Amino acid sequence: MTELHHHTLAELAAGLRARRFSSVELVTHFLARIERSNPELNAFITVTAEEALRAAEAADKRLAAGEGGPLVGVPIAHKDIFCTDGVLTTCGSRMLSNFVSPYDATVVERLARAGVVTLGKANMDEFAMGSSNETSWYGPVKNPWDPKKVPGGSSGGSAAAVAARLAPAATGTDTGGSILQPAALTGLTGLKPTYGRVSRYGMIAFASSLDQAGTLTYTAEDAALLLGAMAGFDERDSTSVDTPVPDYAAALDQPLAGLKIGVLKEFFDKGLEESSATLVREALAQYERLGATLIEVSLPSLPLSVPTYYVVAPAECSSNLSRFDGVRFGYRCENPADLLDMYTRSRGEGFGAEVKRRIMTGTYVLSAGYYDAYYLKAQKVRRLIADDFVRAFARVDVLMGPTSPTPAFDIGAKVDDPITMYLNDIYTIGANLAGLPAVSIPCGFVGQLPVGLQIIGPHFAEAKLLNVAHGYQRETDWHKRIPRGYE
Amino acid sequence: MSLTRQDVENIALLARLSISEAELPVYVDSLSKILSFVEQLNGADTGHVEPMAHPLADQVQRLRDDVVLEEDRREKYQRNAPRVEAGLYLVPKVIE
Repeated sequence: MTELHHHTLAELAAGLRARRFSSVELVTHFLARIERSNPELNAFITVTAEEALRAAEAADKRLAAGEGGPLVGVPIAHKDIFCTDGVLTTCGSRMLSNFVSPYDATVVERLARAGVVTLGKANMDEFAMGSSNETSWYGPVKNPWDPKKVPGGSSGGSAAAVAARLAPAATGTDTGGSILQPAALTGLTGLKPTYGRVSRYGMIAFASSLDQAGTLTYTAEDAALLLGAMAGFDERDSTSVDTPVPDYAAALDQPLAGLKIGVLKEFFDKGLEESSATLVREALAQYERLGATLIEVSLPSLPLSVPTYYVVAPAECSSNLSRFDGVRFGYRCENPADLLDMYTRSRGEGFGAEVKRRIMTGTYVLSAGYYDAYYLKAQKVRRLIADDFVRAFARVDVLMGPTSPTPAFDIGAKVDDPITMYLNDIYTIGANLAGLPAVSIPCGFVGQLPVGLQIIGPHFAEAKLLNVAHGYQRETDWHKRIPRGYE
Repeated sequence: MSLTRQDVENIALLARLSISEAELPVYVDSLSKILSFVEQLNGADTGHVEPMAHPLADQVQRLRDDVVLEEDRREKYQRNAPRVEAGLYLVPKVIE
C-alpha cells in the first residue's frame, strides 16, 4: 500500500468516503510529517494541531452519517493571509505578529463548512510582497527540491508544504504571480481564478484591483474540487461577482481535439532560460498530439506589464496598508512620545524593508503633482494590456507560455536588487492586470528543479483551463514526482 | 528619475514611516531605480485610452442599503488592541 501522503486530494477524499482510513488518521499522519520537516523547511508559521484533530473527529462523524460533500475530512493548509477565527494570522509580518483574528475569511469559512480540516497557517512573503518568500518576518522558506533554493513567492510556504507532502493542498493568493510562480518553482498545479471569482473577505488586502485567492495542489482535478467549494458570490466583498459556479470537476475530461492554443510570442524572449523554453515547447507539442492547434499570438503591450504593475500595486498597497496605525490592532512601538511618533515608529518597526519600499513607491506615485504622470498613465497602459488579451481570445481558446523565466533561484541571489526580483514575475503579471484566470502545471525538470507551463484563459473560463490542464496530466507524470527526502 | 535624501524623508513622513539613518541611502537608491524603471511607460501611446480602474469591463462596485448588518463585536475586536480602557482605544495625548 502506498503512503497516505502519496495521494492526491481527490484520492484522499475518495478514500475517506470509502472508509479506507479516517480523517483523524489522515490528519495525524500529516501533523507528524509537519512536525518532522517544518523545522528545515519553515513552511508553516502556525500549526493548529488541536483544532485540526477536533475538526477531523467532527468530519469522521459526518462521514459515518454519510453527510456532506466531496471534501469532508480532507486536510489542507491556509496561507497566513486568510483571517482564521481564534488563530494567529500574521500575513508574514511583525506588524501582525500578535494578531489573533476575531473572525474567519469567507474562504476559510466555506472550506470549513465543506468539512475541510485546517492543518495550519503557511509562511509567506510579508503582506504578499515578494517573489521568493524571503521578505517574511518569520524567515525564508526552503524549496523541498533543493534547500538552497527559494520556493517562489509570495505563497511560498503553501507551495513548499504541498510539494514536501506536509499537506495535500493549500490555499494561496495571487496579485502578480504569487500562486503561479511558486507552483512552477515547486512542481505543483497553481490556479489563480478570475478577479472576483473567489471572495476576498477576510483576506488581508495588498492591491485591491489585482488580489485574488486560489489554490496550490498536485493536479487540476484537485484544484477543481477546492475551487468548487471556495468560489461564489459573497455580499461581504464588494468586488465579488454574482455569477453561477459551474461543476468544475464535470468538465475535466472533455477532449482537447480542436482546441486553439495561442502561443505567447512575447514570453519566449531573451529573458527565458533555454532549458525552460525547451520543456515548455515540448509541452506545447504534447498538446498538438492531443489534437490542439498552435497559433502564434503577439501581445505587443505585454512587455510593459512589470512597470505598469509596479505603479498600480504599490499605489494600492500604500492606501490599503494605511490601516496599520498601532491603534486598533497590530504592533505598537514602545513609549510613543506623541501621536505622530506612535504612527511612524509603529509602522517603521512593524513593517519590513520591502513593504516599506512599496508603501513609499505608492505614496510617491499618488502624491500631489505626480498622480497623472504615474498612476493614471499606468491605468491607461493597463487598459492597452487588457485589450491585447481581449483581441487574442477572439482568435484562440487559451494562451500558453512559460510561468517563470528560470527554475528556482538561490536564496539570497536577488534580495539586493528589487528590479531583478520584480522582473521574475514578468510572465505572470499580465493575467493579474487583465483580471484573467491562469493555471501553472509542471511540464518537466531542469536538473532536479521543476519548470511550469502557464495557461491563461478568458474571464471565468476556469473550467476550460482545468480541463486543458487535466488533459495534459492524464498523459504525463511530472505532477506525480516527489522531492527526494519527502517520499 | 533620481530622488534626494530630502525627497525620501518627505515621502516617508507622508507615508508615516520612520526610516533610520542607515536605511535612508538604501531607499534613495532603490526608489530612484524603481521610478526610473517605470518611466518606460511614458513611451506608450495612451492618447485616447480610458484609464482602467477595474479589471472586469462590465462590473461596477455594488451599493447596498445603508442599514446595520453586523452585530456589535467591539469587545472581541478590542482584544487585539495595544491599549484599551473602558471600551475606548487609548493613544498618546492629542490635545493639550
